[in-house]
Amino acid sequence: MTTTARETVLRRVQDALARSDRPEVTVPRGYRTGRSLPDGERLALFTDRLVDYKAQVRTCTAGATATVIAEVLRARGARKIGVPPGLDPAWLAGYDGELRTDSPDLPAPRLDALDGVVTASAVSCAETGTIFLDGAAADQGRRALTLVPDLHVCVVDLSSVRTGVPEALARLVPEHPTTLISGPSATSDIELERVEGVHGPRTLEVVIRTDV
Amino acid sequence: MPAVPPRSPYGTGHLRGERTFPEAAHDELGNEQLRRNLGRATHSIRAKRLDVTGELPDWEQLRDAGSAIKTDTMNRLPGLLEQLERKVTEHGGTVHWARDGVEANEIVTRLVRRTGSDEVLKVKSMATQEIGLNEHLASQGIAALETDLAELIVQLADDRPSHILVPAIHRNRDEIREIFLRRIPGVDPALGAAPAELAAAARAYLREKFMTAEVAVSGANFGIAETGTLSVVESEGNGRMCLTLPETLITVMGIEKVLPRFQDLEVFLQLLPRSSTGERMNPYTSLWTGVTPGDGPQEFHLVLLDNGRTAALADTIGREALNCIRCSACLNVCPVYERTGGHAYGSTYPGPIGAVLTPQLAGMHAAKDDPNSSLPYASSLCGACFDACPVKIDIPSLLVELRHQHTEQSKTTAEKLAMTAAAAVMKRPKLFTAAQRTAGLGRVLAGRDGTFSRLPPPFQGWSDSRDTPAPPPQSFRSWFASADGAATMRAAAEEGARHTDDDPQEAQ
Repeated sequence: MTTTARETVLRRVQDALARSDRPEVTVPRGYRTGRSLPDGERLALFTDRLVDYKAQVRTCTAGATATVIAEVLRARGARKIGVPPGLDPAWLAGYDGELRTDSPDLPAPRLDALDGVVTASAVSCAETGTIFLDGAAADQGRRALTLVPDLHVCVVDLSSVRTGVPEALARLVPEHPTTLISGPSATSDIELERVEGVHGPRTLEVVIRTDV
Repeated sequence: MPAVPPRSPYGTGHLRGERTFPEAAHDELGNEQLRRNLGRATHSIRAKRLDVTGELPDWEQLRDAGSAIKTDTMNRLPGLLEQLERKVTEHGGTVHWARDGVEANEIVTRLVRRTGSDEVLKVKSMATQEIGLNEHLASQGIAALETDLAELIVQLADDRPSHILVPAIHRNRDEIREIFLRRIPGVDPALGAAPAELAAAARAYLREKFMTAEVAVSGANFGIAETGTLSVVESEGNGRMCLTLPETLITVMGIEKVLPRFQDLEVFLQLLPRSSTGERMNPYTSLWTGVTPGDGPQEFHLVLLDNGRTAALADTIGREALNCIRCSACLNVCPVYERTGGHAYGSTYPGPIGAVLTPQLAGMHAAKDDPNSSLPYASSLCGACFDACPVKIDIPSLLVELRHQHTEQSKTTAEKLAMTAAAAVMKRPKLFTAAQRTAGLGRVLAGRDGTFSRLPPPFQGWSDSRDTPAPPPQSFRSWFASADGAATMRAAAEEGARHTDDDPQEAQ
């Protein structure tokens, strides 16, 4: 029987390691974990970082969700909106444009014809201004939905905002397809000058609900 | 002792230039535009990096953790790779193993052919660059389209990347505008040179491709053994497009990119963006595990690539180079890279880490006058790269070790001749004293400032790039034996004795 590439590579790795001692390593995890900050400080930090990354930020109470979302969509001239199947319909009660509920068989060019998309979020990290979208959650939808349309309105509950990266990552289900977004799409490839908006959404509107 | 695993096969991929570093660098140094572009870019990215790393009070602890996780990973590599394979397979992916770049290229070609497509979209990836995948696919009638803006610029210009993170760093906006006007079909002739306009032109060009692509090829920043989760870190969204929209996704990952635990991402997602682009977090990071029904590619292939990595692993000192997370911080602080640019290194991996990693992966004695044997000397050993490295790779020491290996391997070099002669002389005390006296004569031949600017053959290689101080007028031995030396030593001894009497504490 011929040796497979798998066997060869694994044997090479073993041979390589056998050529010297391998002292056991304990990973020092002295970096900051398990941090928490009071609501006000977390909100201020998160907002500061989002704005630094050119995201638009609005805060509101849960009761005002529909009003604020309608305002954002109107201000952006969005008349045709996509939503994930599990999004709370009450959130769009103030919106009078065309509404399209996403489904797996909706092809990308149809998503491209949308003006924008409204979704919830799984968890956020204040220190880096990062929002985590869980692709398996019904109110966040599949990955293409938050990628192709040019405007993403994302609702974040302050209670789901964690202070740092370790605290936020710990809240994820590793096997779910997950997208971390920090501001809108950007590039610095030409003379390192930052340009917002390349292939992903050029506008990110974050609606932070402070009482949820 | 087990056999040493083979290096990346000679003559394949992009791990060896055609000329030695000094030859290539000599030409690049004549390019003023390049030096201006590079100088501006590296300085601005350096400042940003210092800002955001300085912001974290636990930055050093994160570096310690990152370094230890990678060392632990290398120690347990066989088990972790098998675990990764098992987890990816459990989640509906298929894992392939490639002994080298040639085999990886063949696997990818076969997988693309099976989809019936003759075009693939590419996410920027060092591994596929290293093995020359695009060129191989082209030879097989498959067009590979780079979607990262910088990679696209490089591809459209028939150029080579010159930086790990920003491959088109050597081009300025006017050059890029020219390239777009020449190579993008149907581009507006009135296109301006502002980065925003150029980015918009790339967006329009690639938009349709994203909507209709059937297969994409990516690399991976991390592969988590514990869960089978893969990760790509990016900014533009071209990565998300390629990882999400096509029916088939093929990911080529070097075997050293595996991480043991999902939790380890908490370290690297802090270290990588801050070291790399100087951002607190890059705009987009994608995490995926095998196949998710109804979301993203329904066919996923992971190609695990050796291509000399096991050879690097077998070198107990060089092993450290495999810890590299390709952040490019070492390039941006390197005085040599800043002046020569990436092309001079001849490899996909330029800069300080490239000078270490390239000879480790591809060897530096594969041919007579192997260009890779000049890479360990492409450094002033100033140590800035070590300070900047987020996983604390001791690049200067690795360079010195590679220089040692090169000298050992080489039959005759000026240094080797000199060292052999010196060893012979030092073994005989009388000869040594005589030699030192003779060396004192060297002062007469040196310039007024006491340095030689040019040494006679065979030492001219040394003096080409540095001045050589003339030997001191008197050797230590003759000074020690002189009346002056004896008096100084006596005075020093008395001084020491006085201190011991005055303050017994201090002497302890």
